[in-house]
Amino acid sequence: MSLSGANLTAIILTLKLATVTTLVLMLIATPLAWWLAHTQTRWRAAVTALVALPLVLPPTVLGFYLLVLLGPKGIIGQWMLGMGLHTLPFTFGGLVVGSVVFSMPFAVQPIANAFTAIGVRPLEVAATLRASLWDRFWSVAVPLARPGFFTAVVLAFAHTVGEFGVVLMLGGNIPGETRVLSVAIYDHVEAINYAQAHILSAGLVVFSFVVLLLLGRHSGQWQRMSA
Amino acid sequence: MSTIAARFRSTLGSFELDAEFSVPAHGISALFGPSASGKTTLLRLIAGLARAPGSLTVAGEVWQDERRFVPTHRRALGYVFQEASLFPHLDVRGNLQYGWKRVPAAERRIAFDDVIDWLGLGALLAQSPQQLSGGQRQRVAIGRALLASPRLLLMDEPLSALDTTSRAEILPYLEQLHRQLELPIIYVSHALDEVARLADTLLLIEAGKIVHQGPLADGLTRLDLPLAHRDTAATVIDTTVVSHDPAFQLTHVARQRVAFELPGLHGAPGVPLRVRVAARDVSLALVAPQQTSILNLLPARVIELADDTPGQVLVRLALDDMVLLARITRKSARLLDLQPGTQVVAQVKSVAVA
Repeated sequence: MSLSGANLTAIILTLKLATVTTLVLMLIATPLAWWLAHTQTRWRAAVTALVALPLVLPPTVLGFYLLVLLGPKGIIGQWMLGMGLHTLPFTFGGLVVGSVVFSMPFAVQPIANAFTAIGVRPLEVAATLRASLWDRFWSVAVPLARPGFFTAVVLAFAHTVGEFGVVLMLGGNIPGETRVLSVAIYDHVEAINYAQAHILSAGLVVFSFVVLLLLGRHSGQWQRMSA
Repeated sequence: MSTIAARFRSTLGSFELDAEFSVPAHGISALFGPSASGKTTLLRLIAGLARAPGSLTVAGEVWQDERRFVPTHRRALGYVFQEASLFPHLDVRGNLQYGWKRVPAAERRIAFDDVIDWLGLGALLAQSPQQLSGGQRQRVAIGRALLASPRLLLMDEPLSALDTTSRAEILPYLEQLHRQLELPIIYVSHALDEVARLADTLLLIEAGKIVHQGPLADGLTRLDLPLAHRDTAATVIDTTVVSHDPAFQLTHVARQRVAFELPGLHGAPGVPLRVRVAARDVSLALVAPQQTSILNLLPARVIELADDTPGQVLVRLALDDMVLLARITRKSARLLDLQPGTQVVAQVKSVAVA
């Protein structure tokens, strides 16, 4: 058994999607997590719940609403058409948007927890030592929240690799554009091509196991270090 | 001009703060009061870590008024917290350099190596904060604050989280700090012995209000203030070591024309020494007794008297520019017919190093 060209394309696309999604998520999740860890407004609970929604909703529901919003008749779709852009559904860009929403809680929660665990004291100390807010963020908050960032990156990446429902609803099945691993496996099974489905599925099982193993060992190390 | 003047008024939950004070911009001002009286809140307002309407001027520089609020990182201050609060991701050197690196070289008022030498931190530089003892950590925290070249040092009970040994390790540094650097310090404490040892100016705070401000000896002995009525009431006197008597193990100290002898050999001649005289160790006579075991017999004048516990009165005495406190029985006060202005001989049974 070997990887067919189509399978390889699906693997590369999946890794590309997971990488781009993780990068975008870090840019969005970090300020959001900071805000959640430090705000005192009553909106905090509502935003926390909103960010956590993808944990409980069926991915098809998310995919469906994203399709409606981003489609040619949706608010965002209309706006994009008005700007002379192509609508996002059934494109790689659309998949990135869907994956970012889908994996948001996996990125926000570890970082927010890490920021909360630091507390305000180290930041206050830094302020009395002439560090501006921006400076405090980079020189104190980020280094101290490193384990949270590590967890967020690993979980966001792995979770994106494993997603299926959102992709199917929003991306369809275009080779090289939106046909990621999970969809490819689905195709193989539909075509009763179990050998090919096995290759990809077993690969995902091993990948996921290794990720969780690394995560556990890393957080264990960190706990021992800080003890 | 050279003062630290603050006024804050704010309601924080059920706590009402209405504090106004003005202290000299040199020496140690102790902010003393019971727990939950607003000491830390006031210190945080001075640092800009908390916000309340008011005004604050430090040695001519406005840090807050109706229109302006200078953020903490733009205030030239140092803050030593109750817990050392060292950055766990940096080693000792990294902690010490944190503020130092952020002060432009031209504005630095203190050399890095001087602080390391003075606080004895040389051997600790490569260690991580987790490896240090409580006293070492607080020493690093003090060094870190000093290296940020503050114009005002704020200390929030820096000794209260330490054990007795570590406290004894840090106290001498705080005393020297005060003498070696031209740096005003506001020192929050609820330990009177620390205040008596370190402070020059006393700010008494109660339920969010500054109830007294002035020179330390004044605040310790004013009969309308609570400190003089404590069981441990005492006054402090800043003296200079004159000579030693090795045969009898006594140190002679003096302030102006008044000389004291105290047990033990302390300091070298010429060195300043703050001594403490407890109210219960002072008795009064109208004429100097001829043969007595008491070495310190000092002519003094009664300023005022006040009832203390039932059966006892407190007498406040003037001795040149010094103040003494005597706790005597009501009966003795009646027998000696003590009135404001009466000339007496204060018999000081015990003088101790503060």
